[in-house]
Amino acid sequence: MTALIETIALSKTFTLHGRGGLQLPVFADIDLSVRPGECLALTGHSGSGKSSLLRCLYGNYGASSGDVRIRHLGDWVSLSSAAPREVFDVRRRTLGYVSQFLRVIPRVSTLDIVADPLRRLGVGAEEARAQAAQWLKRLNLHEHLWHLPPATFSGGEQQRVNIAHGMITAPPVLLLDEPTASLDADNRRVVVELIHAARAQGSAVVGIFHDDEVREAVATRCFDVEQHRKSI
Amino acid sequence: MSAAPGRPQASSHRSAQHEGTPVIPNVLLSARQAGKAFVHQGQPRWACRDVSFDLYPGEVLAVVGESGSGKSTLLRLLAARLACDEGSVHYDVRTESDSQPGGLMDLAELSEARLRWLARTDWGFVEQHARDGLRMNVSGGANVGERLMALGARHYGQLRSEAVSWMQRVELDTGRIDDLPATYSGGMQQRLQIARNLVTHPRLVFMDEPTTGLDVSVQARLLDLLRELVDELQLAAVVVTHDLAVARLLAQRMLVMKDGCVVEQGLTDRVLDDPQHPYTQLLVSSVLTP
Repeated sequence: MTALIETIALSKTFTLHGRGGLQLPVFADIDLSVRPGECLALTGHSGSGKSSLLRCLYGNYGASSGDVRIRHLGDWVSLSSAAPREVFDVRRRTLGYVSQFLRVIPRVSTLDIVADPLRRLGVGAEEARAQAAQWLKRLNLHEHLWHLPPATFSGGEQQRVNIAHGMITAPPVLLLDEPTASLDADNRRVVVELIHAARAQGSAVVGIFHDDEVREAVATRCFDVEQHRKSI
Repeated sequence: MSAAPGRPQASSHRSAQHEGTPVIPNVLLSARQAGKAFVHQGQPRWACRDVSFDLYPGEVLAVVGESGSGKSTLLRLLAARLACDEGSVHYDVRTESDSQPGGLMDLAELSEARLRWLARTDWGFVEQHARDGLRMNVSGGANVGERLMALGARHYGQLRSEAVSWMQRVELDTGRIDDLPATYSGGMQQRLQIARNLVTHPRLVFMDEPTTGLDVSVQARLLDLLRELVDELQLAAVVVTHDLAVARLLAQRMLVMKDGCVVEQGLTDRVLDDPQHPYTQLLVSSVLTP
């Protein structure tokens, strides 16, 4: 079966112009490819570039060289050369991302935040909200929080909102940045089940999982970013 | 040129046309090496120069930069309020009769009458100071109805009900419909200005610092409203702002200007989170995040 996401000689170096053009190499020459139903865990010490790699896969960071390609509606789309609106379409239909931190929109309720990705796919308001409610319930978020904006929620509550928001459309490619970091054991278990379900549906998952137990439960392969660390 | 270093903008229009996906829409607005110079002490000084981009229906583009970077001049070029001294701006002009796309046309080649028609039907222009975009000597309701009247609507009852429905959409108290805008607060005036612009269902809205000068809580409400309207009406918009948070919230794409030139452009979150140009890096790192 063909891969849904792959990188070709992907390298990332930050150039800090405010520091006299200081070069901060992160990683170099990464070739990876993830097929439907696989879950690739990115490993390495803190600061080894796992999150940077994940952000490159989402197109949030640009590649310094090499490319990231996503299988989008049957075609490969190169994130390095795609126009912004194409990247947007890839994100809307194909590429999901659960970041470590929730970016809150003022005044928008939790339920609407979670329903939003479905709305963008053309699902009706009521149906989208109903599905959002199911996800929040599954993730044990108290119902009295659904109609509040998540700005004042605890870290664990925000993280569950983030997970529901990122996974509700069952994107074919799913990127997870420490999805269980601030969750208790019960909710960790729920997230593990959700990742299993996503894989069973044929999603290609790439994630960072600090919790060994979670990683062992969900990962089908590991990729050590440390090995590709670029020395100065 | 104006593209972001290392991240070429153009090309790759090969995305999926098969598998029943929508056909790639036509470009709505296209700037091609557009520039404007003002004569200063006998010497031309370029307020903005060599700006190129294509905007598609439903896309929101933020233009950011410090004051004096040329972003407001650029907005006026795009909206045909100023003429280009170099390059051109093209717009997908619908024909008046059948609302069919007429293809990209150079704004410089359109008649005054045609430009006026565009400006009051197919475009909106939200001014930074609501007073510049409103008629202060007629009621709030009349401000909303004016563009419809310019299109020939005469039925008083219909105009009024349209005004009421737009006041509701922008969360204005409809009990204030007969009051003069001067009696409205700053945030209310700005929302009235937005209603006045959107009543003709424009396809493209230009906004010049739409939230600047408003209290933070009023800003948040206005931004949220704009975000919703843009989404719901599938509006394309060019938003000039010096506020990077506004750009992140409203725009899929952004363009960073310095000294009249575009130094970087691309996907909003990519430009903000992984800025390439020294000036963009400075801009992003200078923001205080509460």
